[in-house]
Amino acid sequence: MSGLIGIALRSLRNRAFTATLTVCTVALSVALLVGVERLRLDTRDAFLRSVSGTDLIVGARSHPVQLLLYSVFRLGDPTNNLGWDNALRLRADPRVAWVIPIALGDAHQGFRVVGTEPDYFDRIRYAGDRALAFQSGRAFAGGTGDGLFEAVIGADVASKLGYALGQSIVVAHGTARVALQKHDDRPFTVVGILARSGTPSDQGVFVSLQAIEAIHLNWRGGTRVSKGGGVIDPAQLQPRTVSALFVGLKSRMATFAIQREVNEAREEPLTAILPGVALQQLWGLLGNVERALKLAAAAVVAAALMVLLTTTLASLNERRREMAILRSVGAGPRHVFALLVMEAGGLALAGAVLGLALLALALQLAAPWLQASYGLFVPARWPAIEELKLVAGVLLAGVVVGLLPAVLAWRRSVQDGMTVRT
Amino acid sequence: MSKAPVLEIRDLVFSWPGRAWHLRLADLSLAPGETLFLHGPSGTGKSTLLNLIAGTLAKPGGVLRVCGRDLASLSGAARDRLRADHLGIIFQQFNLLPFLSMRENVLLPCRFSRRRSQAAQQRFGSPLKAAETLLQRLGLGDAALRNAPVVELSVGQQQRVAVARALIGAPDLVLADEPTSALDTALRDEFLDLLFAECTAANSALLFVSHDLTLARRFARQSSLARLSQGAVA
Repeated sequence: MSGLIGIALRSLRNRAFTATLTVCTVALSVALLVGVERLRLDTRDAFLRSVSGTDLIVGARSHPVQLLLYSVFRLGDPTNNLGWDNALRLRADPRVAWVIPIALGDAHQGFRVVGTEPDYFDRIRYAGDRALAFQSGRAFAGGTGDGLFEAVIGADVASKLGYALGQSIVVAHGTARVALQKHDDRPFTVVGILARSGTPSDQGVFVSLQAIEAIHLNWRGGTRVSKGGGVIDPAQLQPRTVSALFVGLKSRMATFAIQREVNEAREEPLTAILPGVALQQLWGLLGNVERALKLAAAAVVAAALMVLLTTTLASLNERRREMAILRSVGAGPRHVFALLVMEAGGLALAGAVLGLALLALALQLAAPWLQASYGLFVPARWPAIEELKLVAGVLLAGVVVGLLPAVLAWRRSVQDGMTVRT
Repeated sequence: MSKAPVLEIRDLVFSWPGRAWHLRLADLSLAPGETLFLHGPSGTGKSTLLNLIAGTLAKPGGVLRVCGRDLASLSGAARDRLRADHLGIIFQQFNLLPFLSMRENVLLPCRFSRRRSQAAQQRFGSPLKAAETLLQRLGLGDAALRNAPVVELSVGQQQRVAVARALIGAPDLVLADEPTSALDTALRDEFLDLLFAECTAANSALLFVSHDLTLARRFARQSSLARLSQGAVA
């Protein structure tokens, strides 16, 4: 049989043009199928690692997924804010280790401004237990002193807008892309730039809660009533409401008890979520999209295999003489069968290998764009087990597809013997 | 004839399923090294007969022995093996796989038969040397020809490559199906000279089937399908 491989290869080379086209078709489909799987795996990875170390997230009463979306991913706006007294009450609870508030609602050049406390950078973890690191500079000072108008920016903000330490930035009121009203009377100075984490923090502009209060001092009902400036009274900077609270507990055991207490609080309608559970819920919602993509990619693979089948079948007639000659020198119908199965398998294999190479190249080229546009970090790596399973499936399907022409050729060579009846 | 015949046919009957036409052969045998011209105009079943002898079709009724082995008792795979080991076959035309080189075409039987490969090795040192020697003797040793795609060879050259392929590893029996019909008269005689010489050198018997009676005088024996079938059992 080993001699047959050589014959199969030479025969394919003789039909190099159609063979190459078939291989390219299979390659594109494999690249698409594995690419969808690769993005799914990497997206899920980036997604599920976006927040960790936080036991509860508390916000105004809303759907857990919505709370997760605006507090962690900073997508959409909070339905409502929650009173500052909630933060104080939780902080006073002996079971609570820490509470980090965030205040949302402003933006800079399309990047969300997050009002928080300097502890944010220590407490908010990602990917297991990794803390946010500073690429350069330091955290904003917080408090009401000289460092009131200091800002820390995420890695994407710095690279996309070309900001360095010391850059002066103006925050726009509201989160619309086109800012109609700007807090240009109170510019901020960039004092720190975060290292890239592959989480939504890369797209954040972080300032202190007090600074958020300060830039809104002379605002009423969403519009500025007077030009700010001059001396600010520290007493005015005490936050009254925030958008969400990240809560760390001393013991995980208390998680469900506190969650229930928060959800049942009489003073104010609140929602407390477990970030891990909500992330899984959200990913479950995205699962349909993921399945649809996978289905579409599988359909493309099926189409490519049909091309493989068609070209192999089309070649059968003109190759009857080839089969007759092979039979005359001692080949049996089983050799003819094996020859065609090997051919289809070989084309599928070449397609799969080329497809993987194509995908690696495409991801290499698209990686900076994916990172910049979608915050998707797609590292160059060897195919994962899941991806190799898909490739193996394509190869198997290629061989199965090759069975049809192989059976036809086998039957024909039994009938023809060494004679080509035309 | 002291030696066992390489081909032995008695009372052979064969018909295609669902067709009225029958192939009948009363008696046909070939001793080792013997050459036989079998006259067979088209439509007399000569390609059917060659397929039966080669074991590539269903088994016929009656006795059909190749190299002493009864084809009726052999499985399809065993008949393929017997053909690979003991038979060399030359077609009317289009004998060569277009995607293989001249040498690779000649070496094809050695890919399917260890026996032929070993025979070629014993006589020439290696199958490749055997192929080169045969091609040389058939006037195809030219270096320029060696690397040319076989489809660029002339018909006469292609038929000579087919002779080399049929004879590599010294098979016991060569079946030739109108191998000269695509050649003009001058080439035809030259081709026959080479074919006879190589069959003699390999001590292969030759069953040459053709409609062209002018070739018959060059063979030690001659017969015709029509005559053989007249004597067949009813």
